[in-house]
Amino acid sequence: MIGRRFVAVLMGAAALGGCVQIETPDKPIEINLNINIKQEIVYKLDGDAKKLIEQNSGIF
Amino acid sequence: MLKLGQPAGWATAALAVTAAVALAVPSAMAQRDPAYEAARSAGQIGEQPDGYLGFVTSPTPAVRDMVNDINIKRKAAYTSGAPAGSTVEQFAFVTGCNLIAKTRPGEKYKAPDGRWLTRDSGAPVRDSRCP
Repeated sequence: MIGRRFVAVLMGAAALGGCVQIETPDKPIEINLNINIKQEIVYKLDGDAKKLIEQNSGIF
Repeated sequence: MLKLGQPAGWATAALAVTAAVALAVPSAMAQRDPAYEAARSAGQIGEQPDGYLGFVTSPTPAVRDMVNDINIKRKAAYTSGAPAGSTVEQFAFVTGCNLIAKTRPGEKYKAPDGRWLTRDSGAPVRDSRCP
């Protein structure tokens, strides 16, 4: 009985071990600027950005 | 009467000086400092996608101080200029898109992958979100 239980424990451990999966990313790694911005905001800000550059040309 | 006239004279002079300074400031902001222009064309510094200047090569103390100073002023401009509904970082990012687009051939800019590239006659490599 002890032997059977021991085998069962071993099998359980093996089954648990089998559950470990290593997932590899399927997408290429991209280094992106960590900024959250929607396209509509980009276009909304574009005119203001151009104006800012014109009016402060010494620092741009 | 003379005692009353004196302070009035000083006040007028002070106003004139204030007016002169107010007029002088925008013109000082209107053009790049020659040292800044030189560091740009020499490729020592370049435009980053985040809207700030970065060091392409290890900077001299003078260049480092100059760039830090400009970046502080840029941050102030982004902070006061960011329209309602957008963050300082978003406004800086869109300005950075424009600044990279405006680089002249020979000047350096940072690509989205972090590499420093030299602007040539073609379009620069920019973040896909740039307008």
